[in-house]
Amino acid sequence: MKRYLVLEDGTVFTGEAFGAVGECTGEVVFNTGMTGYQESVTDQSYANQILTFTNPLIGNYGVNLDDYESIEPSCCGVVCRELARVSSSWRKQDTFDHFLKQMDIPGIKGIDTRMLTKIIRSHGTMKGRITNVAPDKHTLDQLKATVINVGIIEQVTTSKPYPNPGSKRNVVLVDYGLKHSMLRELGKRGCNTIVLPATATAEEILRLNPDGVLLSNGPGDPEDIPAAAAMVREVEKHIPLMGICMGHQVFALANGAKTFKMKFGHRGFNHPVREIATGRIMFTSQNHGYAVDPDSVDPDELIITHQEINDHTVEGLRHRKYPAFSVQFHPDAAPGPHDAVDLFDDFMQLIDERKEAHRNA
Amino acid sequence: MPKRTDIHKIMVIGSGPIIIGQAAEFDYSGTQACMALREEGYEVVLVNSNPATIMTDTEIADKVYIEPLTVDSVSRILRQEYPDALLPTIGGQIGLNLAVALHDSGILDELGIELLGTKLDAIDQAEDRERFKQLMKDLDEPVPPSKTVNTVEEATDFAAEIGYPVIVRPAFTMGGTGGGMCDTKEELEEIVANGLDLSPATQCLIEKSIKGYKEIEFEVMRDSANNAMVVCSMENFDPVGIHTGDSIVMAPTQTLTDREYQMLRDCALKLIRALKIEGGCNVQLAIDPNSFNYSVIEVNPRVSRSSALASKATGYPIAKMAAKIAVGLTLDEIINPVTGTTYAEFEPALDYVVAKIPRWPFDKFTKADRNLGTQMKATGEVMAIGRNVEEALQKAVRSLEIDEKDLISQAAQDATDDQLEAKLVHPQDDRLFYLAEAFRRGYTLEEVHEFTKISPYFLDIVKHITELEQELAANRRDVDVLRRVKYYGFSDYTIARLWDVEEDDVRKLRIDNQITPVYKMVDTCAAEFESHTPYFYSAYDQENESIRSKKESVMVIGSGPIRIGQGVEFDYATVHAVKAIQDAGYEAIIMNSNPETVSTDFSVSDKLYFEPLTLEDVLNVVDLEQPKGVIVQFGGQTAINLAAGLEAHGVKVLGTTVKDLDRAEDRELFDEVINDLGLKQPVGKTATTQEAVLKCAREIGYPVLVRPSYVLGGKAMAIVNDEEELLAYLKDNATAAIDHPILIDAYLEGRECEVDAICDGTDVLLPGIMEHIEHAGVHSGDSMAVYPPQTFSQDIKDQIVAATKKLAVALKCIGIMNIQFIVHNNQVYVLEVNPRASRTVPFLSKITGIKMTQVATKVILGATLKDLGYESGLFPKSDRVNVKAPVFSFSKLADVDSYLGPEMKSTGEVMGSDKTFEKALYKAFVGAKMELPEAGRVLLTIDERDKEAVLPLAKRFSRIGYRIFATKGTAHFLENNGLHVTQVNKIGEDDQEHQGILSMLQRNAVQLVINTMGDDQDVASDGFVIRQTAIEHNIPLVTSLNTADALLKALENRSFATDAL
Repeated sequence: MKRYLVLEDGTVFTGEAFGAVGECTGEVVFNTGMTGYQESVTDQSYANQILTFTNPLIGNYGVNLDDYESIEPSCCGVVCRELARVSSSWRKQDTFDHFLKQMDIPGIKGIDTRMLTKIIRSHGTMKGRITNVAPDKHTLDQLKATVINVGIIEQVTTSKPYPNPGSKRNVVLVDYGLKHSMLRELGKRGCNTIVLPATATAEEILRLNPDGVLLSNGPGDPEDIPAAAAMVREVEKHIPLMGICMGHQVFALANGAKTFKMKFGHRGFNHPVREIATGRIMFTSQNHGYAVDPDSVDPDELIITHQEINDHTVEGLRHRKYPAFSVQFHPDAAPGPHDAVDLFDDFMQLIDERKEAHRNA
Repeated sequence: MPKRTDIHKIMVIGSGPIIIGQAAEFDYSGTQACMALREEGYEVVLVNSNPATIMTDTEIADKVYIEPLTVDSVSRILRQEYPDALLPTIGGQIGLNLAVALHDSGILDELGIELLGTKLDAIDQAEDRERFKQLMKDLDEPVPPSKTVNTVEEATDFAAEIGYPVIVRPAFTMGGTGGGMCDTKEELEEIVANGLDLSPATQCLIEKSIKGYKEIEFEVMRDSANNAMVVCSMENFDPVGIHTGDSIVMAPTQTLTDREYQMLRDCALKLIRALKIEGGCNVQLAIDPNSFNYSVIEVNPRVSRSSALASKATGYPIAKMAAKIAVGLTLDEIINPVTGTTYAEFEPALDYVVAKIPRWPFDKFTKADRNLGTQMKATGEVMAIGRNVEEALQKAVRSLEIDEKDLISQAAQDATDDQLEAKLVHPQDDRLFYLAEAFRRGYTLEEVHEFTKISPYFLDIVKHITELEQELAANRRDVDVLRRVKYYGFSDYTIARLWDVEEDDVRKLRIDNQITPVYKMVDTCAAEFESHTPYFYSAYDQENESIRSKKESVMVIGSGPIRIGQGVEFDYATVHAVKAIQDAGYEAIIMNSNPETVSTDFSVSDKLYFEPLTLEDVLNVVDLEQPKGVIVQFGGQTAINLAAGLEAHGVKVLGTTVKDLDRAEDRELFDEVINDLGLKQPVGKTATTQEAVLKCAREIGYPVLVRPSYVLGGKAMAIVNDEEELLAYLKDNATAAIDHPILIDAYLEGRECEVDAICDGTDVLLPGIMEHIEHAGVHSGDSMAVYPPQTFSQDIKDQIVAATKKLAVALKCIGIMNIQFIVHNNQVYVLEVNPRASRTVPFLSKITGIKMTQVATKVILGATLKDLGYESGLFPKSDRVNVKAPVFSFSKLADVDSYLGPEMKSTGEVMGSDKTFEKALYKAFVGAKMELPEAGRVLLTIDERDKEAVLPLAKRFSRIGYRIFATKGTAHFLENNGLHVTQVNKIGEDDQEHQGILSMLQRNAVQLVINTMGDDQDVASDGFVIRQTAIEHNIPLVTSLNTADALLKALENRSFATDAL
């Protein structure tokens, strides 16, 4: 069946349908990873986005039970060049096509994804619509008129708190659209994790008396959730805190910095990031459309600890006074390299040091 | 860290002659490294024995030495040059081993020379099996259970403990030489015995087989600041069991989930950091297709064939970066040359898939053992880029330039089901075609997977292609189907075949319906950042990114994969043609399919199209680029063969016209030219049927030289002595006879020579004459040759020059041509003309100082020789004597007869250059690994007809202190002539008094074997078995008495005279 992808600028790609039968409208973004389509599609940060894979070959190893990053993915459409006819992996539970059908996500294949990527690269992220009928002027007008609520964190956050039990440290994880990989990394380190909705207040958090607070990733613009910054401003004074991706931006806002919308974002996992103190470089998994403005960082409050080596994006911040830090990238990877996974150990160390200090106090 | 300022002069060691397992990729890496070092301001001294390389051009290094790669020879250079440092990791295993030997000899310490890049201890740790195993244990990285053994018994004991199958890997051998998979004790005993023998350390690793695992490779880089990254991941289509050099390879990995991929990436980075590699490194891993279990196979602590492939697959220049890292720069301060704006610390993202297929020599070595295993057999490889695997794979197949242009193979179609299944289970070079045939016959994915263990994902790619074939066949001239199959990489040729129409009809239908390819850029970043890399591949996709520039362009066709008869020499010529085109003010466009070469480095030309070299693919690029014309004289037979088709499609072939090319290549037309000019050539006839061939041979009189017309490297050429042999030849070469007429020539005894001539239509420049050392009958590519000629009188030289001038002008050569002559009874006969650059061009260019390809290119573009400052005639000879010696790869190929004849067998060449002929000869022999002791033992096994001729040679060996061993007949004959000879038993002879010939060889009891027994290629013949045994035991072997004479000249020159008063 034919299917079309219309962009806000009027470009129309004709391809073939796969995945769910429906249609969708969303912000069109591209991801340059060469593996990990399952993790990417289930990453909640892609909420209301149409995800384009620059790797032309998708679906090769199917979908398995272990690699979900959320149970109900919220990306609204998938674009690829070629979908594998046969997928093969010992862990395979389903084909990618069937999985998308079940998740009600329409896909379009057989289009020139490189051309699409170049359009987004030069014009910036834009709206698009995957449709089953040949688009006309009306379709385009409709698309232009549509307002996409990219940052619906309420849509992806958990509605109720839930635990991820462990025995060592008590960590509150604030869910702005979290990836399961964070739960896995905390779990590996023996954390007793309580996941709270994005609306959690400082009071609610402090009442749980956690050893540490982790702010998760999430879709959209951090300025849409000012309450989160207010929460952080209070919590960081008391409890060791780590922010990832959206969590990083919220942490920056909480401490007086500003964020801005990037032209086409960072989505992929070959972004080299330098740890400024040591010069060490790691390849990082990233998925963000907003970034922290380096000029807005108050050096009396925050230290820039990490930087993307090419475009100098602020990749990491540390608080001058409090045991709190954040990174723009995903040390939890999934998909992507594990180069920065030891940041979770740093977080554990902050927690343990504080616990130690309290015990001695 | 900034680059080092305490060193100024750096020596780079090249990889020597091309052999199986070590090919043009090291010319590419060496050239890149030298240029990178000079870019950083260092003075570079290069040493390499291989003249047929770009890296030995004087522009590449400040000083170039074409000298043997031995400790003695390189030490002399070190003492002369006093470099501050030595870069050992870019000249392949040869360069690395030599650096280690130099270090061990103490000269580096003596002269205070530092080894740059990865430290020797790290190299040793990576290469020494036991140390490596210990390291893996320390790092907690899994390796298959293994043990290093020094005897066969230890091997069988260990195998009994861990269970069969096991793999044998001899230590420190190239391309896995001597290794193999063993299912039984008997097999193990045989392979280990051989492996111990071949290993310089008499060591083999016995390892539990992980056959059937997925084989994954990572190309990794690390700098002195411990930054490490993966440049490229690759996945073998063939599971573990076949040497990666003999495997079909895809990049990036296709069947690994991110979890598996990252697990292996972590392992690769952990290894490179633990080994403290500074530069590039190749990590080979294997992963169980049914669990997360994986194993480390091996680490190559240097740039390699895989790194060349990875560089071309991603656009990321590994060798160049490795050289910069070696002088202290770090990845985060080197600018990525691809984007020009980002840093080299970047893991490339691909938005295409790359397929590599090895190019095997079995078309030439029809009797060779074609089974693929742990020992590499391919001479070269092709790479193709596509937007889907089907496309990449099919483009790669048609890049191979073998009989099959697609997955439809007659041999596979003719096979019975049993034969087909056997082909699937026991992989050979042609398994891909049998896979396709299996699906055509209805075998299921599961069945084929069961036979082959190849991933069902890859198998379905092949199955899909066969389904598309059926769809094509059922829908003739259907435009929708056409569009779809073009997207999946079908060629017009294949479509035409399935539709039973002409290829041009398909092309027309395609163009009429706007089904034409676009060209996509290779940019390392999947279009995330803007790039200006002039590196393109075709795809039947939407947006074209290759924009024709306003500047007028000229296109050069490369020479495709390295194969016997068409080696790196042609890449050399291709690169030089580009320089000349640019000099002349045009934009230079290259098209080629070989990832190993300098010509496919995108920084060489203004635009690189990495594409198959078929007429369709070339025409597509021409349609887009509209060049002034296409140059076909430098890409060997590959490019010449395209000339007629290009012209027929209205493309201007620059230089010698197609009509005149044909006059040189078509026998009858050529005979007319020779007759008109009053030149002599051996009596020759052409025939197309068996009866006619026999009749011609009778008329000419035996012996005759037979071959199909349009030959390459003497393919299917033979000297036959009688009708019986001729019939056998015709039986063996049936396909050649059907495609093209058979040529029958009188076989003349005499000295052969050849010239390369550049002609502008009026004037003819002969840079030099090269005299062959071996008699006519040994292929010119396998002959030793000397410049200037040593035995020709002025009269002969005058005859050669006169004939060359006449031929070049009469054939209306514009550009370059090569002529082979034979001097018989003081008369010069023309053997053949190749209206293109030959393999001697780099050699002659280097020794005469005339950049022949560049001169020829400028002539092709309209300059006259006079404009360029050259006189007509023979260029004055240089005062040095230069000898070219062929190098062979027989030890890699079982069942190939090493007896030299009219079929070319060598894979590479070395040059020896000195003030006298004898010294030059000596260097050439040493360069070709024929280094002989002062005194020793020579075994003579001589054909009956050579007995008289061998006597003077035997006397000379005796005089320089060699003991002579011979079988009964020869021994008696020599003894009767006053020589002291030790008799040995023939094969099968059981005389208690003497030792057997084979046991002598097996014990390395002789240092040289001269064997002229029988050019019949019967594998069971005594001559064959003796040669094979000598090669297996690395004993220098000579099969022509002319070579023996030359060797004696070199040895005699080295010896003191010991004459009694």
